[in-house]
Amino acid sequence: MHGRPRRPAKPVDEEAASAKAAKLRDLQVQVLQNHHSRTYTKEAIGLSFKLLEINPEAYTAWNYRKLAFQHNVKELSDPEAIRSVVDDELRVVEVALRQNPKSYGAWYHRKWLLNQKLTPVDSKREFGLLDKLLKVDARNFHGWNYRRFLARFMGVPDEEELKYTMDKIGDNFSNYSAWHNRSILLSNLLIQQSKGFESKQKIFSEEFELVTQALFTDPSDQSGWFYHLWLLAQISTPDKPQLIASWPCNGAKLSSSFIKEKVDQNTLSSIWCHSLKERTVPIVLYFNEPVKGLNQSSVKLKSYLEFGKDIHWRALSMTDSGYSNCWTTYLQIANECSTSQQYSVEVSIPCSEDIVSRSGSNYDSPVHFTFTIELISDSQDIDLFDKPVAWNCSESLQSYGNCEPIPFDLLKITSALIEEESNWHFERLSEQIDLFRELPDDNSKFVKLTLARLLLACAAMKSCGRSLIERKRYCDEALGHLSDLIHLDPSHKQYYEDERSSVLMDKLTCDMETFMKHCSVQVQPNSVPLNHVQLHGLSLTCVGFAERLMWVQVLDLSHNSVRSVEGLEALQQLVSLNISNNQISSFTALEPLTKIMFLKVLDLSFNEIGAHPIDTTRYICSSPFSHKIEACEAFEQCQKKNINVEEYWDAILFFKSLKLKQLDIEGNAIASKENFRTLVMELIPSLKWFNGECVN
Amino acid sequence: MADEPAAAGAGQDYPTIDPTSFDVVLCGTGLPESVLAAACAAAGKTVLHVDPSPFYGSLYSSIPLPSLSSFLSPDPSTPSSTAAAAAASGSHTAVDLHRRGVYSEVETSGAVPEPARRFTVDLVGPRVMYCADEAVDLLLRSGGSHHVEFKSVDGGSLLYWEGSLYPVPDSKQTIFKDTTLKLLEKNVLYRFLKLVQDHIAATSGAGDAAGIISEEDLDLPFVKFLNQQKLSPKMRAVVLYAIAMADYDQDGPDPCEKLITTREGIQTIALYSSSVGRFANAEGAFIYPMYGHGELPQAFCRCAAVKGALYVLRMPVAALLMDEEKKHSVGARLASGQDILCKQLIIDPSYKIPTLDVPFDESDSNCPRKVARGICIFNKSVKQDASNVLVVFPPKCMVMLFLLVDPVSILDLALEEQQVATVRLLQLSSNLAVTYRKANLTCRFMAYLSTPCTDASTGKHCIKKAMDALFSPLDSDGSQGQLATTSGSTGDVKPTLIWSCVYVQEITQGTSSSLLSCPMPDENLDYRNILESTKKLFTDIYPDEEFLPKKSAPVHDDEDSDSGE
Repeated sequence: MHGRPRRPAKPVDEEAASAKAAKLRDLQVQVLQNHHSRTYTKEAIGLSFKLLEINPEAYTAWNYRKLAFQHNVKELSDPEAIRSVVDDELRVVEVALRQNPKSYGAWYHRKWLLNQKLTPVDSKREFGLLDKLLKVDARNFHGWNYRRFLARFMGVPDEEELKYTMDKIGDNFSNYSAWHNRSILLSNLLIQQSKGFESKQKIFSEEFELVTQALFTDPSDQSGWFYHLWLLAQISTPDKPQLIASWPCNGAKLSSSFIKEKVDQNTLSSIWCHSLKERTVPIVLYFNEPVKGLNQSSVKLKSYLEFGKDIHWRALSMTDSGYSNCWTTYLQIANECSTSQQYSVEVSIPCSEDIVSRSGSNYDSPVHFTFTIELISDSQDIDLFDKPVAWNCSESLQSYGNCEPIPFDLLKITSALIEEESNWHFERLSEQIDLFRELPDDNSKFVKLTLARLLLACAAMKSCGRSLIERKRYCDEALGHLSDLIHLDPSHKQYYEDERSSVLMDKLTCDMETFMKHCSVQVQPNSVPLNHVQLHGLSLTCVGFAERLMWVQVLDLSHNSVRSVEGLEALQQLVSLNISNNQISSFTALEPLTKIMFLKVLDLSFNEIGAHPIDTTRYICSSPFSHKIEACEAFEQCQKKNINVEEYWDAILFFKSLKLKQLDIEGNAIASKENFRTLVMELIPSLKWFNGECVN
Repeated sequence: MADEPAAAGAGQDYPTIDPTSFDVVLCGTGLPESVLAAACAAAGKTVLHVDPSPFYGSLYSSIPLPSLSSFLSPDPSTPSSTAAAAAASGSHTAVDLHRRGVYSEVETSGAVPEPARRFTVDLVGPRVMYCADEAVDLLLRSGGSHHVEFKSVDGGSLLYWEGSLYPVPDSKQTIFKDTTLKLLEKNVLYRFLKLVQDHIAATSGAGDAAGIISEEDLDLPFVKFLNQQKLSPKMRAVVLYAIAMADYDQDGPDPCEKLITTREGIQTIALYSSSVGRFANAEGAFIYPMYGHGELPQAFCRCAAVKGALYVLRMPVAALLMDEEKKHSVGARLASGQDILCKQLIIDPSYKIPTLDVPFDESDSNCPRKVARGICIFNKSVKQDASNVLVVFPPKCMVMLFLLVDPVSILDLALEEQQVATVRLLQLSSNLAVTYRKANLTCRFMAYLSTPCTDASTGKHCIKKAMDALFSPLDSDGSQGQLATTSGSTGDVKPTLIWSCVYVQEITQGTSSSLLSCPMPDENLDYRNILESTKKLFTDIYPDEEFLPKKSAPVHDDEDSDSGE
């Protein structure tokens, strides 16, 4: 069934095939006729059998048989008679499976029959059939599916089924289906805490042992690696959701304005927060895994300030699943309050049954943090954008005075709780790393990729203090493997580049000392000091570890190879973004930016927007970008203004949701198109600077 | 199945054979003679095939246990030819023929379990056929497969290593399941098997040409190649002795002369791997003929008979008929006194060849090759849950202690001598119908052992050593399993030896001249070499004829299906 070369059809076959086709057509017509006329006589049913015997994929014939079966069985009362009817039907399925063991229709028909529960199921017959079929092709996933169905239906204990997977793996470990079923069964057994499966650690140690036997025997066999990947995920993903970062962080002081004198005196102690001018307080929470269920009751706020009643937590995510790592809310300050007084806001997330991760675990690491707000009624309203923001990539960063950006350590609220268990996890990982380092890899991509993943899982456990040096060592080794992989396996180049990019980000941002080299407080003339991060020219392809960048107000990602900006949506403080000279290929790839409320300056110049006739982002990411009600409204509006919606639909959706003051987009194929400028002007009324020119 | 050998020389009534002239006369129904008879008959020659014994097979036969000792050491007083050399008749001279002793050092111990007649023993053991080897093809081609059934050696192979039996990992799955191998050893071993598979696939045109092993490597000694592939000593032993079936020490400090090359090693592995899975009902690479190896010559004889060859058993050849110059044989005088003329005479290797003017049997003079063989019957399998298994004792795996008495100092000197050659053991259970299984009684197993040797006593010693390693001797009082009480766990108890026989057999190669002699059973596990020389003999006689062409098979040949079970 697998690994057999395809043989070209012989000319003799063609003649036979056309005869067969004629017969099939004839049968099909008759069966359909019977179906429409609801003829359920023996002869009519016999015809459908003849059809299915030749072509088990004729789904209508199966459905016809189901109707006929229901119709005929109604009139029967004798259990023996019912049994013989069911038996006949089961036999038809068997005949069809002999013709094609992978017929969806046939397998489904059998399940349907069993689910009618008209006669007791002959388990010997069912499992016998499966044994026969899985002997012919041990990797027939239909067979495995049916086996899972049957085991559940018959109440076969998972332990027994687990043994069966081991038998099959023993016969031939190149069997993804068996490994897969094993992972399902083990998960169930561990959740149920069945006897002998109380200790996750023991079970996973044994499973690692088992799978490495297979991996070392034949490293070029994929199935074992997939199972290894599952195991790795089991021990490296967190059991429970945890909050890993927030904005504002604990102890932060936000200010709606700033006092120039204080800046000059190097005594700047508060962070300028753009949104405070509009009496809005943003809060961003970042979890270690996607969660859902943040609401007014699961996240408690306490302050002298009064907020609008309706506190709405939004998931900052590109998917509509409801789960997200990153959640935000904008608090509307409702009451009058005196200037130059500081108000504290307390945020606490108690153990909550509302907040759950995808795996169903509840949030149970209570967190509490406080920040203060200073509302200064500003007489002199600073216009940040009376001059275009100039990006000076070549210029080295100048730190403004001695004031640092947000003290980095403060960003970590839960300073990585070192649990007892994680020691065990770390040992397992180190053990595996040592093993695979020894495996002569012959440039096997699986070995390198697995090593990289193991190293990164180890790195992720080293999160504070001195162990950060180790983290960087792990990162460096992983980077080496990823770079090898890019050359070794060019067809998955982009995946490896993204991984590498993420590791690179980790390395640059994991400790303050390194990170500081890329950070500064930027002061534009006549402007507020902004926290500035410069990550240009690093061949990044995507953004990783966004939770460490949530305080960034000016971000320079120019001269990289960025293809996706997913992750930037967490940067709710971002005012200016430079992603010029990258590989952004469409507006859909920029969708995360539409989630950033106060983004004012965007440099998109010298990318590839409009250069590709097919927008692959749309297919790769399941972006709901184009499927929203607002989209329709925007399109209608544009149509009225004679804008070609079909051509510019993504540009319309993108610009519509931004309130930019400054946009640079030259050097993109789309920018040279006629009407594009008009389109932009139409869509962004707030725009002041377009491609370096003042808009008037 | 051999018949009961009738008391020899009991004044038989020999039949008269008509006609008196044949293209080929063969004496002795060993496998090579029988194959030749079938081939000659298939080529349309007139064939007379006689055998002095009352059963088929000669040195290749399977005989009932009670007849074994008389076969191995025949009574010398029995006259081998009743009709003494009569006067030369006509234009040719008669030269008397005599049998010679092929076996020596015969030693049996233990009591033959009853009923002894139900045990049939092979004289050529231990021997199997690779599912994909020439012998099987010959059987299929000649139609001989209709007369013999096979069972697979399903228990796989075991290597005797560091005092215990170790299942030979010979496939991806067995390597995976092996619990004694280190992870890296698994990797290295499978990598090696893959390399060989790729090479085999590439040379047969099915795989990627990049998989071909370079000529340079193919000419290397196999052990060097294995070293290059970083195989550990144990893995080398597995590949060399249990898969490539090397006979002599390949891995010693001073290399022996009989180093197999990578090419040869890979050839055997290729045969091995193409054998696995050739027949759906054969589990491993090897098959064994039900009712013993004696079935094989008989099957070929039947093929020959179908094609018109004439068979006479219990008919010794008394003398050769030579032409005037005593250079060429022109026929044979049978024990009945009848003279048969023939163009080609082929004589069983157990006949002493009279000194002729033609150069003959040069190997006989100096140090002939020998093979020590053993047969034993014991009470339980050497490997749990396995009935038919092959056990390989690689060279040097057993320490040989020789007790020498120094005549001068009168001190006992214990000398260690290395076991230089591989000992192979084939265990068969009652499902092959060679051993008897009585209801409600302990199952009996039978094993054959062999090792090549130059010195008979060394060879014999090796066989005994191997038996000692696997079996515990039967107590004097005859109770079995005495060790069970002392060692505690019954699972570790060695099988108890009930009966054993050790003997040494000479090996002569087939020779071709006007008087042909076929090869004797060799030290190998399979028939490849024997059949090769048989084929060569045939082409020497009939250079223009095809050796058992496919069309020679009867029409009802239904492919491979029936050779399995």
